Amino acid sequence: MTQQTSVKEPTAEQVAEQKLYQQMGVSDTEFDLICGFLGRKPNYTEIGVFSVMWSEHCAYKNSKPLLRRFPTDGPRVLMGPGEGAGIVDIGDNQAVVFKIESHNHPSAVEPYQGAATGVGGIIRDIFSMGARPIASLNSLRFGKLESERVKYLFEHVVAGIAGYGNCIGIPTVGGEVMFDESYEGNPLVNAMCVGLIDHDKIQRGVAKGVGNPVFYVGPPTGRDGIHGATFASEELTEESEARKTAVQVGDPFMEKLVMESCLELIDSGIVLGIQDMGAAGLTCSSSEMASKAGNGLELYLDQVPQRESGMTPYEMMLSESQERMLFVVEPKDEAQAMEIFERWGVICAKVGKVTDDGRLKLFHHGELVGDMPVHALVDECPVYNKPSAVPAYYEQMEGVDTTGYNEVTDLSGALKSVLASPTVASKAWVYDQYDYMVRTSTAVRPGSDAAVVTVPGTRKALAMTTDCNSRFVYLDPEVGGKIAVSEAARNIVCSGAEPLAITDNLNFGSPEKPEIFWQMEKSVDGMATACRALETPVIGGNVSLYNENARGSIYPTPVVGMVGLVHDTDHITTQAFKQAGDVLFLLGETKAELGGSEFQYIVHGKTEGRPPALDLVIEKQLLDGVLGAIQGGLVQSAHDLSEGGLAVALAESCISGKLGADVELASNGLRNDLLLFSESQSRILLSATADNADALASKLEAAGVPVTRIGQVAATKNLTIQVDGKQVLAEEVDALRQVWEDAIPCLMN
Amino acid sequence: MKFAVLVFPGSNCDIDCFKAVEETLGEPVDYVWHTATDLSAYDCILVPGGFSYGDYLRCGAISRFAPVMNEVVKAAEQGKYVLGICNGFQILTEARLLPGALLRNESMKFRCHDTVLTVTNNETPFTLDYAKDEEIVIPIAHGEGNYYCDEATLEQLKANNQIVFQYGDNPNGSLHDIAGICNERGNVVGMMPHPERAVNELLGSTDGKKMFTSILKAWRDQHDAANIR
Amino acid sequence: MIKATVHVTIKESVLDPQGATVQGALHSLGFNEVESLRIGKFMEIELDTDNREEAEQRLKVMCEKLLANTVVEDYRFELEG
Repeated sequence: MTQQTSVKEPTAEQVAEQKLYQQMGVSDTEFDLICGFLGRKPNYTEIGVFSVMWSEHCAYKNSKPLLRRFPTDGPRVLMGPGEGAGIVDIGDNQAVVFKIESHNHPSAVEPYQGAATGVGGIIRDIFSMGARPIASLNSLRFGKLESERVKYLFEHVVAGIAGYGNCIGIPTVGGEVMFDESYEGNPLVNAMCVGLIDHDKIQRGVAKGVGNPVFYVGPPTGRDGIHGATFASEELTEESEARKTAVQVGDPFMEKLVMESCLELIDSGIVLGIQDMGAAGLTCSSSEMASKAGNGLELYLDQVPQRESGMTPYEMMLSESQERMLFVVEPKDEAQAMEIFERWGVICAKVGKVTDDGRLKLFHHGELVGDMPVHALVDECPVYNKPSAVPAYYEQMEGVDTTGYNEVTDLSGALKSVLASPTVASKAWVYDQYDYMVRTSTAVRPGSDAAVVTVPGTRKALAMTTDCNSRFVYLDPEVGGKIAVSEAARNIVCSGAEPLAITDNLNFGSPEKPEIFWQMEKSVDGMATACRALETPVIGGNVSLYNENARGSIYPTPVVGMVGLVHDTDHITTQAFKQAGDVLFLLGETKAELGGSEFQYIVHGKTEGRPPALDLVIEKQLLDGVLGAIQGGLVQSAHDLSEGGLAVALAESCISGKLGADVELASNGLRNDLLLFSESQSRILLSATADNADALASKLEAAGVPVTRIGQVAATKNLTIQVDGKQVLAEEVDALRQVWEDAIPCLMN
Repeated sequence: MKFAVLVFPGSNCDIDCFKAVEETLGEPVDYVWHTATDLSAYDCILVPGGFSYGDYLRCGAISRFAPVMNEVVKAAEQGKYVLGICNGFQILTEARLLPGALLRNESMKFRCHDTVLTVTNNETPFTLDYAKDEEIVIPIAHGEGNYYCDEATLEQLKANNQIVFQYGDNPNGSLHDIAGICNERGNVVGMMPHPERAVNELLGSTDGKKMFTSILKAWRDQHDAANIR
Repeated sequence: MIKATVHVTIKESVLDPQGATVQGALHSLGFNEVESLRIGKFMEIELDTDNREEAEQRLKVMCEKLLANTVVEDYRFELEG
């Protein structure tokens, strides 16, 4: 093997003797395995290539055994995990493509670019499948919105998402933002993209046809983000703050051109295989494409467009310069492909060739500078079954009685405090910075339970949401995992859609710690159980580990991105109350469950105990019942009860409908503060016209859903709540709105 | 009547404008590439929103030098209808087809939400279906929509009735609450709000429809008059 | 080869919200002596010519035509060496 001589790279001997591979995250055992596959010691370029391919980010070496526990199949699933994104049939030869991905570590170091390139990366995953991206969502976690650093991260992450999404012209229609000390110094930035595709346009990232040319599309390669993929798999330290060079810079304008030209290329029908260059850039895309076709690949690195001079093979293979794609066509179609990119003003260069020897061969300056078996790179990374142990905190939480707090009697004050909590408060400060209307298909804008985007040319629409209450997951990962899936499904159903499938983003601390691995294991079990019960398979996702800082691990945060199908736009439903006189129904049962609730966190300053219980049989009945009622035209508004319980749900429906409500509850032996702020699961707030009220109630009862009539929508613009005939809360809706709307802007100014 | 929707690299409201014409009017409409050198077939030219050339350097600064812009200038001189929306407005000011400039929003942030506009001038070909001072709900989505011109220009705009739309609650710091203006002749209009996003109940407002129906009406009036003569 | 630097700034008479925001931030950090702050653009251009006079002329045209919007911006440039 030729060693590069023009630059001073360590020799293969030095890599081995000085154990330089350890700095790249490769263990001694892994290094020995690599030597075995090569039959010699790897040179610097080769060990670099292996280190990224064998990182957690690319190989899922710590999470694979867990991911296998997810149900990934279903009657509608056209493509499950493994490709750029999963695909689900929505009928009429159309399908929806979606995926979520994290950019946590880059965002912690450089929030604007970290978030922006996260958005860019997930959009490429969608259009590389051949799909037209139609909407973006995100799921964000920050520390308490108090310190200047947290405010800085929050402001710039949001600006980065806006900057990229707005420019490329894909509406950012929804998401969630949560604030908790647990994320101090380790924010979570998960970006999700949803696309539409015709069945016959579905692409795969395969290097098909021996002898076919391999093309590089996009801006020239620079030294950006080298080792980003392994960077994403390490704990954050002060040192990584200093490593800002590892963060890539996004160019949404370029991505818009790459997207349009690639979609045109795909539309022309000549593409045999196409894949984006995401984490680990050229390395990952080339070896995965070769692997999926069972072929080999030669890359001629001198042909790779380069932004900087003197780049080494190592740098070119590992660069994470953004907005780049790799594709394969037959030689006869080369000219047609080149013509498309020329018209869009996008660089396209022939950089390689498909071979039959199953090896990834790299040539530079006429010399062979890397030669590795593709299967070793893609399939042979060792998979670790990490030890798992029940954390001490979990045992201790068993004994905590969350019903034993002193009763809060100032319920108005408590409601205002919870509404002013940045996690609950209006996120208009965030989403007003996103263009959520471009493409003119957004039927339900950010701020309701789920966003709804219409499918052009049909009466169908897609509902989409991201959800995860990580406090519940922390307190009991298995129950919390079930709740994450169920809450997402509830949001989808409340919007009038049938839940289809999920994509998940597993954000955890270090899997080297048995207690953290236990959290992963349990929450995956909980999610998998819920996915089976609710018939929403997992069609793809992403794992982000080592989310730790000086304070310890973040809360386990397995974010669920769910998409649902609205069969007819007439079914689209929002949380806003519609007219005075409409009858209110509370579905489900309220129990004394404060563990992990927003009320517990804000009013009592604690996160402890066990989370609310969840019965998936009851949940499924509720979802089916409500969806049937909505599709039957019986429902005016629907709102899932989540953070802040019934009180917050009522306030939000009043605020968004600009109406009041007169509510009468029966205590059934529950204290008032529990009745209003408990976060018991499987509950939904519905309203129906007076004419439809009886029909709705009997339909739901027949479906086995517990229904309680709790009052009506009022024209007074006041929210009043009586318990057992005694008024316990009376507030002007405008006063509540002000608290809710002003909370985040006040903290940010 | 035939419509052209211009497409610059980075335009992203081109599809929305196209759909709005198609669905609201059902008149023929084409996408016209930035390199085109002939617009003679079209009666109305829509310059759509987006981030042409990434909005790098200044919004609209690079697009104004696209070959098609020479034709837009010609069309404007011929009295054809030209409507620039959002980035399209920025391009028209950069091309000096409309006076003034669009600066960064005073809040320094991109703003996307509904706005209430007053139709200050309902005598342009783009607004004749509206009543004078009618209040309409049209969304905005921009980071640089803060209209600026010098005092003399503002006086001229007022004197010539060139202020077409004004914001009720100024979202970006625009001078005199200006949301949209026209040239002296009235056949070129630029506006930051997006009427093409308000043409369908599902989108939340239909108040933008009248802009499109106005154009067709104006064209028909002009056309019929010409035929009678 | 001539190296030129071009500075484009928002005109004195025009509000510069970016500048005002940064000025406010500096004040809040205790830099109370900051009297005013304007933000502009700085461009480095390499020209394939040795004729300084011609370079100046061409740069002026570049600024007038594209690099600055003279409705709201001022520009100035310097040639290196």
